Amino acid sequence: MSGTQDATHFEDLPLEALPLDAWHRARGARMVGFAGYHMPIQYEGIMAEHSWTREHAGLFDVSHMGQLTFSGEGVDDALETLLPSDIKGLKPFRQRYSMLLDHEGGILDDLMVSRPGDGAFEGAAIYMVVNGATKYDDIGWIIEHLPDAVVMNHMADQALLALQGPQAGEALAALIPQTADLLFMQSGLFTWRGVPLWISRSGYTGEDGFEISIPADDATLLADALCALPQVKPIGLGARDSLRLEAGLPLYGHDLSPAVSTIGADLGFAIQKRRREEGGFIGHARVMKELADGPGFKRVGLKIEGRLPAREGATIHIGATQVGEVTSGGFAPSVGAPIAMGWVSLPHSAEGTALEIEVRGKRIAAEVAPMPFVPHRYRRKA
Amino acid sequence: MSRYFTEEHEWIDVEGEIATVGITDYAQEQLGDIVFVELPAEGTTFDKGDDAAVVESVKAASDVYAPISGEVVESNSALEDEPALVNSDAEEDGWFFKLRIADTSELEGLMNEAAYKKFVASL
Repeated sequence: MSGTQDATHFEDLPLEALPLDAWHRARGARMVGFAGYHMPIQYEGIMAEHSWTREHAGLFDVSHMGQLTFSGEGVDDALETLLPSDIKGLKPFRQRYSMLLDHEGGILDDLMVSRPGDGAFEGAAIYMVVNGATKYDDIGWIIEHLPDAVVMNHMADQALLALQGPQAGEALAALIPQTADLLFMQSGLFTWRGVPLWISRSGYTGEDGFEISIPADDATLLADALCALPQVKPIGLGARDSLRLEAGLPLYGHDLSPAVSTIGADLGFAIQKRRREEGGFIGHARVMKELADGPGFKRVGLKIEGRLPAREGATIHIGATQVGEVTSGGFAPSVGAPIAMGWVSLPHSAEGTALEIEVRGKRIAAEVAPMPFVPHRYRRKA
Repeated sequence: MSRYFTEEHEWIDVEGEIATVGITDYAQEQLGDIVFVELPAEGTTFDKGDDAAVVESVKAASDVYAPISGEVVESNSALEDEPALVNSDAEEDGWFFKLRIADTSELEGLMNEAAYKKFVASL
């Protein structure tokens, strides 16, 4: 047998250990190399962990992600040059999904940006979370485009934990009752056993949940306290991937890359009206052109007939013509069938379009499907 | 009946001229939840080392090689409806296919159960 592990390899660098490394191993995690770190791919099994998260609450260690802060004179202006999203209108304790674009409008990374309050992160004006595999490239790009008056700080000594699932709210409230008031994409500074926690109500599973930034030295204590609750189990990267795929959320480096654009990726919601009209951000021309003329290709969901999964790299066809490619795919535990995400040329991207996907020389039937595949259950109202 | 093992984590039961092939319990454990198994059609002939089947876990697809040369006489149709049989009973009901053995001398280099256990322990 030979397997292919779906992970980003930093071939020449030894893998580093994250703050919870020993904690994962003590809980029987199978560790793999991902984004330059040893990370848990699974504990008891991907299907069981996936279902647990959909029914209860799962704890994910996402400390590989890059946590950045920005301060200084003109920080909002500087970030509005770098990001296509409305930063000036971002209120304290609010978070937004955004991305870094290159000069051609290609996607360099997708990210979360928020405005702290209550003096969190030493009074920084902006807090940003970027992908682990791209963080050093992001930092280089950002520094290159920041004016001298704006200071970026990479908080390598902060861990990041995500608590996700329909019981995440009651679980976190058992430790920190005040978190019950947070709504989707809101955040706040909380204190737990004297430790400052920056918590946002957001995540990457389609479920209600939180992302918790915590000093690395205190991460084990919090992970232990959360997993001591009856609702919470640790969940690995494998289930994180199947959960986000069902939620229709793109994964950078797979569904998104410098070769594709925001509008094609169906992420235009991240570019608010004022920013579209006024521009002034890197990559604006591509956005405006594609809003007017349409993108060449679009990111779509794909429903697959039968049980054979179509995976990243599988080509998509209509008759003799290749019209696209699968960028993520696999068996969806909550759907009970294989699903995929891919890019298809615009004329064939409408929901319900019948397509064929080639897997090991065989054509399997597929159809462009609405996303998410499993409804989002964010907590938007009190 | 004798059971042989390969370093690719397959087991082979030999009864007369027929070899039943599956993956070991260690292999299914490594793969995790199995969601699909693609099996060879009856009558297909393999040389030792050819790609013979594909096992799909939630995460990835993995090839299963023909551990010896031969002709497929039967595939385990139970796996079509219940691929998870490979997880629950890898070394019995979760068998993949049966081969008519082309060359019994190919069995000579394979491991017995004790040797395979030692091999797995060394990984």
